[in-house]
This record gives sequence, C-alpha cells and structure tokens, in this order.
Amino acid sequence: MTKSTDVRVRVTEVETVALGIKRFTLVPVDGRQLPEFSGGAHTVVTMPDGDRLRRNPYSLMSSPFDGSKYQISVLRTENSRGGSHYLHDHVAVGSELSISQPVNLFAIDRRCRRHIFIAGGIGITPFLAMATQLEREAQAFELHYAMRSRPRGAYVDHLVERYGHRVHTYVDDEGQVLPLGRLLSGQPLGTHIYVCGPSAMIDWVLTAAREAGWPDENVHYERFLAPPGGKPFNIELAKSKTSVTVGEHQSMLEAIEAAGVDAPYLCRGGACGQCETNVVSCTGALHHNDHYLADDEKASGKKIMICVSRIDGEKIVLDL
Amino acid sequence: MGLIFKNETYRGDFTFSNSREAVQRFPFPFHEDKYMYVVNIEPHVPGPKGSAYEFLIDIDEHYLSDMRDRALVLQEDPLRCQSLPHMIAAEWDLLDLLMTSMSTDYPEHFTLTRDGDAWHWVNRPMNIEQSFVFGDVSTLPYRPMEYVTRQCQGDFCLLDQRDGNLWMDAGIVSSQADWSLDFDVGMNFMEWHAPVPLAHERGVFDRALKFLLNLQQGRPVRRLNWTMTINPRLDTSPENYHKWGTDRTTVTPENVGEKVHLRVELQGLWRLPRSNAIVFSIRAYMINMNDIASVPKWRRRLHRVLKTLPPEIASYKGLTRYQQMTIDWLSKFDDGAVTSPGCGPE
Repeated sequence: MTKSTDVRVRVTEVETVALGIKRFTLVPVDGRQLPEFSGGAHTVVTMPDGDRLRRNPYSLMSSPFDGSKYQISVLRTENSRGGSHYLHDHVAVGSELSISQPVNLFAIDRRCRRHIFIAGGIGITPFLAMATQLEREAQAFELHYAMRSRPRGAYVDHLVERYGHRVHTYVDDEGQVLPLGRLLSGQPLGTHIYVCGPSAMIDWVLTAAREAGWPDENVHYERFLAPPGGKPFNIELAKSKTSVTVGEHQSMLEAIEAAGVDAPYLCRGGACGQCETNVVSCTGALHHNDHYLADDEKASGKKIMICVSRIDGEKIVLDL
Repeated sequence: MGLIFKNETYRGDFTFSNSREAVQRFPFPFHEDKYMYVVNIEPHVPGPKGSAYEFLIDIDEHYLSDMRDRALVLQEDPLRCQSLPHMIAAEWDLLDLLMTSMSTDYPEHFTLTRDGDAWHWVNRPMNIEQSFVFGDVSTLPYRPMEYVTRQCQGDFCLLDQRDGNLWMDAGIVSSQADWSLDFDVGMNFMEWHAPVPLAHERGVFDRALKFLLNLQQGRPVRRLNWTMTINPRLDTSPENYHKWGTDRTTVTPENVGEKVHLRVELQGLWRLPRSNAIVFSIRAYMINMNDIASVPKWRRRLHRVLKTLPPEIASYKGLTRYQQMTIDWLSKFDDGAVTSPGCGPE
C-alpha cells in the first residue's frame, strides 16, 4: 500500500560534508517536480541491496520550497544493519533509488513564539530544513548544536554564515557543554524546544525539561530507532496464510515484505503507529521496542509494532 | 467541452434543480439497504469519467450559483470564514491545491501560470483575473483561503496537527448541515465530534483520528456522509436556524417529492505539504425525492435505509419530524426487488 506514490530518483551529487557523513542529492528520474514539504519531514529510502530491499528513513535537509531536488545526509554508523553502509559504499552519482513521499513526525508548532532547536551530531539534518522554513516565514528561532569534534560537525560554517548569532555550537572534545539548564530557564511564554540527536541526549533534554516544569506540549523530539536484532523466530500470517522466518538482523516488517506481503508502514522507527498489528497468539515473550504503544497496550500482549519489535520465543501469529 | 453553468437559488424561491446528467452523477451514499456508522474512508483517487469522483475537486453545473450563495452568506455573516494566525501557511497550501486541481482538470474554465512565486490566476466563469505573489498576503484582495474558496464549491476546514490530535483552526463553512465553524473553531477532533451518537462507543473516532494523523502527502482520502434537508437550501447553519428550522413542519404527503432532499457530503482529506496541516473538504450535493424516484435502485434502497435507521441517528440528523412521511412516499416505489451491491444507479 505504500508503493504506488514512491518516486524514482537519481543521485546527482555525493559529497563528504564531515567525518563519516555524506550528503546525497536526489533528483526525480522522470524530470518532474518533487513535492514541497514541511521542515522536519523525512523520506523512506528503498535500497536494492543484493536480493533484499533495505528501507531506511532519513530527514529531508534541503529547502522545503525546492521541488527540483531533495538532499539527505547519512552518517556511516558502526552498528548499522546495513542501510548507512550501503549508501556510503555502494551509492554513487548516477545510482537510482526509490523514495517515499515526505512524512513529518517532527513538525514545527506554528503557534509558538520562539523555537529553540537542540541538535546532537547527525541530528542536525531536520533543523536545516526547519531553519530554512522559519527564516522564510520570519519566525524567531535559535539553534544549539552539539558535536563530538569539529571534523564531525556537518554544516557548521553554512549555518553560521546564514544565521549568524542564532547558531551556537558546542564541541565535546574541546570541553564545551551545551548549557541546557540555562536554556530551559528564563524562556518567555510560548517558547518550544525541539531536540534531535542520540537517544541519550533526547532523554537528557526531555527529563531536564520536565523537571524544569516545561509542559510536554512545548517539547518536541524525533527519535528513530533502528530495529534491534535478536534470535530468529517464526511469524505466521493468519490472513495471508503463510509463514516467514525473521532473521537475527532483520525486523518483522522486513521479513514480511520479503515474503511478498504488503504491510503498512510509514516511519519504520517505532514512532508513527502505522504498522500497529494485532497479535493473535505468541509462544514466547513480546519485546516491545517502539515508543508508540501505551504501556497498558504493551502489557496486553495484543498489539505489536512490527517495524522495531520482536519476540523472544518460537512463533508469533499476526492478524495480517 | 466546457460545463454549462445554471443560474439558480438556494433560498427564497429555491429554483435549484438537478439536470438529468446531474442526477446520474449524484454520489448516492448507500452501498446496502441499511445504514450504520463505520470508518468508511477510501483513497480519494480519480473515478469514472463524468462521475462526481472523476476529478478530486468536482466543479459542476451549480458552480456559479454555489459561489453566489456563498458570497451572500459571507456578506451577512463574516464569521463563517475564520483562521487563527498560525494557519497562514496552511491557507497558502490550500490555495495551491485548489488552483492547481481546478486549472489542471478544467483547463477551459481556469488557468494558473506560475513563475517562481509570481502566480497568475484566471477564472473565466467568474470573470476573474489576478496576478499575485505566492506567500504575500498583501497581493490578494482576501486572505488566501477566503480568496480561493470564494471560487471553489464546497466548505473547507484546515486542521492543524499537534500533540497527537487535529485542531480545527481555520475554515470557510457556508453550506453546512447544522454545525458551526464559529462554535467549533479551535476545537480538537474529539471535541468537535462529541455530539455524534453511537459512533464513540464503537471506537469510530479513535480509529479515524489515528488514521488521519498518519495521512500522507500525495494520498488523499474521501468518505461520504449524508443527511436530509427540506428545500434545496445550502446554508442550513445553526446561525440561521430560525430561517430554516420551521421548514421541517411544511412537509406534507403531497409535497415530499419536491421538498425533501437527500443531502450527501463528499468529504475529502489531504495532507498539505508546507504546513503539514490537513484540509478537510465538505462538498454538499442535494437531490429531491422525485429525482431519487427516477432511479429504481435508489428509490428502493433509500426507502429501506430510512425504514431501518436507528432512531438516535434519525434524531441527530434532524429527520424525525418528516421521516415517516418520506418512508410512506417512497414505499410506493419499493416493489421489494433485490438491489444490486454498490452505490451506482445500476
């Protein structure tokens, strides 16, 4: 169900923009315009890796108003299951990929009077598009960007040149620390905070904001989970009357897709809720890795997010 | 071949009527001989040629009359069009969607030329020509939502998405079935649906909200809703209840055929690109019982739907006072034959 509106794109430029980070410029193969989008949106990139399809979400970082191309930036991660390695090692100028329509799970709250962006490392990407959008709409924002080292910090010069004093950088290995306490205190009413970066950083900001009395509605974050691996197990698909094996480094969704069954998805990161699936039965324990289902739903054992969750056991029967 | 636009009224002398072609393309909403609330959402993709679904924004023979009625409503009550300040990006998205659809699907009537942010719009039926800068409110005679919807059939609501909910933060609503934008503006999805009977218990709105929060760009959806209206009156608003509420007491067994109208809303939902908001369009189609009776399947089916309608739904839709009279009138045309599946005439 998610296939027909995908767009075939050709890679027209690959640039190393920081240590371990490449930027890919994607242009539609058919020469038509890509849809405009809202800052914070991502696209799911489908990669033909040998006999399997990899699908990873990446934030769109180019101008939301430019339909001639999309750009994504990809960090080559060490514990990657293959998506970032594939893009870094096998995708070059001229390669063709499929991308989904833009999806935004990290949208700007337009009622807000002042936007504070907190980025960690590769988490800078959605803020590039958000800053472009807010600049054009004449909205007040500031960006606080933490990185492990200067060589790893992508787009710093570009950001400083374009947005000047609104950009603040913090370099770990130079002993600079993002002054979260100060940032969270003394903000005027109507300020919203947006955070994107490593999981630990997001937790740090969410906890500190809550302790400082910030309402949840004013704190926004984007966290894509890579589906964690585990022991192989079997899935029986009750409606499709077929069964598949989920490999150690495969998600249930990937295994189901590989079997030719069309399951719904949007973010593939446990955030959006689109792939919520009813569990018919399970011999083993459900391991919920998403942050979509409520605790009581997880405890009920009746629902599972097949993009990131799995089981420790033999077999799960799904209503698919 | 262009459309031929009729000149008719939705008030006073009520000269509105459907041509033979308009009856044939009426979006009859009942796919079976009974009715209950369900999440009846389907992809909003182009349908059969000539049908109300052929294009995603349907312009028909009533276009100019609809637009004239909207102008009258807005003149009397400017609060039918409201937009909270943060919805301006969504307003521009809506203008883009409607102008692009109308000019692509009805090129003989509408033309849009874009050169970067310099746009030029021509609406031949309404004799309008406008150059403006996309994104610059000062270059249009109205704000973008009001400008474009004074030239497009149907009501439109712009829903902001935040905090896991949808908020009705802007809209233009002048042809509604007894609900009020002025009352609902700023409410969230659960709040504005609170008065609907039976559906909450069935979890309809929880499921619909979850679905809509994930509505994707490039994948609009639609659903049909329905009610009944006495006289072909587009503006059956709470604000004007004193003008139309008593119409329901004027139905007699002799005038059911002319006075009682099935009113169908073709509702579309699109994810908007720049604002991440959703536009909810509500396009009302009306057809009187005489025209329903001209289609054998529809007259049988509507008779059976009304006969078995749960009383809570009849009451919520305001049908109670004339429901039995309409059933009696339609019963003359129901020979008990089996109806074919699907909504179409045959």
